[in-house]
Amino acid sequence: MIDAVIFRRLMKLIVWLVLSYTAYGQAEELMTFSSPVNQTRYDALVKELRCPKCQNQDIADSGSGIAKDLRHKIHDMIENGQSDKEIVDYMVARYGDFVLYRPKHNAATFALWYGPFILLGVGLVIFAVVIIRNRLRRKGETI
Amino acid sequence: MRKVIFFIPLVVFIALGIVFYLQLGKNPEYMPSALVGKPVPKIHLVSLDTDQVVTNVELPKGPYLINFWGTWCPTCAIEHPYLMRLEKQGVPIIGIDYKDDKASAEQWLRNKGNPYKMVLLDELGNFGVNMGVTGAPETFVINSKGIIVYRHQGAVDDVAWKTIQGYMQ
Amino acid sequence: MLPEVGNFSLILSLFFAGSLAIVPITGYWRHNPILLSTARPLTLLMSCFVLVSFIVLAIAFLTNDFSVLYVSLNSNSNLPIWYKFSAIWGSHEGSLLLWVLILCGWSTAVALKSHTLPKEVGPIVLSVLGMVATGFLLFMLFTSSPFVRDLPNVPANGEDLNPLLQDVGLVIHPPMLYMGYVGFSVAFAFAIAALITGNLNSSWARWARPWTAVSWAFLTLGITLGSWWAYYELGWGGWWFWDPVENASLMPWLAGTALIHSLAVTEKRGVFKSWTVLLAIFTFSLSLLGTFLVRSGVLTSVHAFAADPTRGVFILALLIVLIGSSLLLYSLRASQVKAGVAFGLTGREAWLLLNNIILTVLTLTVLLGTLYPLLFEALDLGRISVGAPYFNTVFSPLALLLMVFMAIGPLSKWHNTKPSLLVRLCVWPGVVSILLAGVISYAYHLGGMAWLSLSVAFLVVLLTCKDWFLKVSSGSKGIIPRARQLPRNYYGMMLAHLGLVVSLIGILMVSTCSEETTVKIAAGQTVSFAGYQFTLNQFESLKGPNYVADQADIAVYQDGKLVAQLKPEKRFYEARRQVMTEASLNAGITRDLYVSLGEKLDDQAWSMRIYVKAFVRWIWFGGILMVCGGVLSALDKRYRTRVEGRHA
Repeated sequence: MIDAVIFRRLMKLIVWLVLSYTAYGQAEELMTFSSPVNQTRYDALVKELRCPKCQNQDIADSGSGIAKDLRHKIHDMIENGQSDKEIVDYMVARYGDFVLYRPKHNAATFALWYGPFILLGVGLVIFAVVIIRNRLRRKGETI
Repeated sequence: MRKVIFFIPLVVFIALGIVFYLQLGKNPEYMPSALVGKPVPKIHLVSLDTDQVVTNVELPKGPYLINFWGTWCPTCAIEHPYLMRLEKQGVPIIGIDYKDDKASAEQWLRNKGNPYKMVLLDELGNFGVNMGVTGAPETFVINSKGIIVYRHQGAVDDVAWKTIQGYMQ
Repeated sequence: MLPEVGNFSLILSLFFAGSLAIVPITGYWRHNPILLSTARPLTLLMSCFVLVSFIVLAIAFLTNDFSVLYVSLNSNSNLPIWYKFSAIWGSHEGSLLLWVLILCGWSTAVALKSHTLPKEVGPIVLSVLGMVATGFLLFMLFTSSPFVRDLPNVPANGEDLNPLLQDVGLVIHPPMLYMGYVGFSVAFAFAIAALITGNLNSSWARWARPWTAVSWAFLTLGITLGSWWAYYELGWGGWWFWDPVENASLMPWLAGTALIHSLAVTEKRGVFKSWTVLLAIFTFSLSLLGTFLVRSGVLTSVHAFAADPTRGVFILALLIVLIGSSLLLYSLRASQVKAGVAFGLTGREAWLLLNNIILTVLTLTVLLGTLYPLLFEALDLGRISVGAPYFNTVFSPLALLLMVFMAIGPLSKWHNTKPSLLVRLCVWPGVVSILLAGVISYAYHLGGMAWLSLSVAFLVVLLTCKDWFLKVSSGSKGIIPRARQLPRNYYGMMLAHLGLVVSLIGILMVSTCSEETTVKIAAGQTVSFAGYQFTLNQFESLKGPNYVADQADIAVYQDGKLVAQLKPEKRFYEARRQVMTEASLNAGITRDLYVSLGEKLDDQAWSMRIYVKAFVRWIWFGGILMVCGGVLSALDKRYRTRVEGRHA
C-alpha cells in the first residue's frame, strides 16, 4: 500500500522532471476563446507557424516549452483583437522567416511558388511538340 | 542540338551535388537570430538585487553579454562555472532569469556564485519572446552602440567564447 | 566472437559484390561466356554472406549482447522480444544492413529468374546490382559497421530503443519501405543493361514491368503503414506532415508511378524509349537521394537519423558515382534511339504522356519544396521553412488535374481514338459526377474545393466502371466469361485507380469534416462533443515491461448507447527518460474517435484532446487497394512466358 503511494509520488516527480524538457507531445493546454471565429483563427495560425526550436513541427503539434509559450502568445494576441497579419509579423520580427511554413512571395521564392506551374507549362509545350511532330510523320507515312 | 538535350539531367544532377556538398557538415539546427543588427528591445523588468524596475537606460555602455538562464535548465548548470570565469576576466554579463521563480534563483546564485552584473527577472518569458529566445541558455552579444550583433544557443564554452569574443571587439 | 564473424562475413560479401560488379561485365565486353556465367553464383554468395551478417546481428540483439555498441545503444534487456528484433533496423547502421540485405534479396530473385532472359542480359543486370551493393557495403564497412564493440566498458544494460519506434507499425514499416526503394534498383539495372548493350527496344521494358509493379506495391504499402503509424503513434492524429523524410519516400513513389505507366507504353508501342530509361534512372536516384537526405544530416526532420558529416561525404560520393555515371551513359547512348511509331492527339499514348508529364511535375514539386531551404541556405539567403501549407496549395491542384486524366485515359485506344467517341463516353458520367458531388457538398456544407474533388472522384469511379462494362458486355459470350478473360493487368489498373479515389475521398473528408477539441476532465465527469458523450470512469497507474503509465478509462456514448471504450495512456520510459502519449482510438468506416491525454492539471483533472476524424480509414484502405492492384498486375500471365532465344 505504502509502496504504491511512494511509487506514484516518485512517478509524478519523474514525469514532472521530464515533461519540462521533452520534445514529443502536443498541444495539451486548454484554450478558451471569446468567439468561435477566434478559435478558428487560432487553429489555423498554429498550423502555419513552425516551432523555432523543434526539428520540424508546427506550433500546434509541438510539446516543447517555446511552442507552448508561443501558443499562449497567439491566443492572447487574438483575444486582444490583433489581426492575423500583425501576429505573423510579430513572430517573424522575433524568430525570422524560418517560422513561416508558407514562405513569403518574393523574388527569392519565385522559383518555389511558380516553378511547378512553369514546369507544367514546359511539359505541355513538350506534349504539343511531340503531337505535332507525330502528325507530320504520319502524313509522311501515308504519302 | 538534339544531343545536348540528353545532357540536361546530368548537368542538373551535378549542380544539385554541389549544393549538397556545400551543405554537408553544417549544423541544420543553427539559427541566426532575427534581431541581429537591431537594438535591444524595450526592457521593463524587475531586478533581482534591488526589486526595482530596470529599463534600457540602465544597461551598460560598452560591449556586454545578455545571458538567458534558469534554475530548471540542466545546461545552464553546466555553463555556470564558465560564466564565473568570464566574470573574473571582467566581462560584463546581464543575466535574465528566464521562466523561473525568484526564490530558487536567489538560492542558485548563493550556492554557485553570481557571475552577473545585474540579474533581471523574466518570470513569464515575455522578454524572452521579444528577444526571439527559444530556450535556455542563450547568450546575446551587444556592441557599444547597443546593437545586437550575435546570438549563441546552448552553453558558452571555449569554442563558443572565441566566436563571441570576435563579436565583442 | 560472433560479432567479428558478422563483420568478416560483410567483408566477404563485399569481395563477392565487387567481383560481381566487374567479372560478368568484362565477360560481356570480351565475349567470354565463362565470365558471364559467374554472375549467378557470385550473386548467391554475396547474398548468403550478407544474410549471415544479418543473422549475427539478430542474435546479438536477441541475446542482449551489449558488448556490441549498436545493440547497447538501441536495445535493453527489458525490451519485449519482437521489438528486440525490429530494433535491428531502429537506427542508422542496422537499417543500412537491412537495406543491403533487401538489395541482395532482389538480386537473388533476379538471378533465379534470369533463365527467362536472353543470355547476356541477366549477367549484366546482376552486375549492375552488384555495383550498387559494392557501394553500400563499402559505405557500411568504412563508416557505419553495426558490429563495432564497446569493449572493455560493456554496459550492464542497453539504452533502449527509442519509444516512438516501439510499435507494431514500426516493426514492418521500414522493411516494406526498403523493399520498395531498393526494388526500383531492378528496373534501374534493366535500364542500364539496355544502355550498355544498346538494345533499347521494347524488350527491356517487358522484363522490367513486373519487378517495377511489385516494388511499387511494396513502396505503397510502406508509405501507407508509415502514415497509419504516424496517425496513432505520434498522438495528434496527423497522417501526413510533408516532412522531408516523408517527401523522400513520396518522390520515388510518384516517379515510380510514372515509370509503371511509361513502361507500359514502351513495351506495347515502342514509343518514349529514351524517356522510360531516364525515368527508371530517375526513380532509383530518388530512392538513393532519400537515403542520402535521411542519413547525411543536411535536413532537419523528426525522423532523420543522427547526423555524421563523414557519412554524408561518403554517401554523397556514392550518389555521384552511381547516378552521375548512369546519367553520363544515358546522355551518350540515348541520343541514338530512333523514334517509334506515331500516334494521335487522343490516342492512349498521348494520355499516358500527359500522365507522365504531370507525375514528373508533381515529383519535381516535392523535390523543389524539400530542397528549397537547402538551396536558399547554400546561396546565403538565410533560413526558410517550406511546410504543409505550401504543399497543400501547390500540390493539390496538380494532383486533381492528374486524376481527371486518369479518369479519361483508360477509355482511349492505342494509336488513336475518335475525339467524338471520347466526348460521348464522358459527357453523362461527367454531368452525373458534378451534380452528385454538388448535392453532397451542398447538403453537408463542404465548400467549393470539396465539390471539385468529389466530382473528380466520382468521375473516375463512373468511367472506370463504364469502361469495364463496355469491355465485358460487347460480343457474344456472357458477361462473366468475358470478365474472366480480361487480363490481370487490367484489373490491377482498375484496383489501383479506384484505390487512389478511395484515398482521395479519405483525404478530403478528414481535412474538411473532422472536429477536435481540448477539454478538462476528471474521473466521473462527462463531456459532450460532436454528438458523442465521453465519460471518464477512472484513472489507473500501470506498469509495462519497460515503462510506467497513467491510463484513463473512458466510455463513449452516442444517444445513450455505449459505442466505444477508450484507454489513452501517458507513458514514461525509464531507460530513455522519455514521456510518450499513447492515444486510444475507436475505428469506424465513416469516423474514428481518437482521444489522447494531455497534462495533469490538478489532483483529479487532466486535459484531454478529443478528435472525431471523418473517413480517415479510407486513406489507408485506398493504399491497400493500390497495393493489391500493383501485385495483381505483376502477376499477369504474359510476364511468365519464357523468352525464346536472343532478341535482336
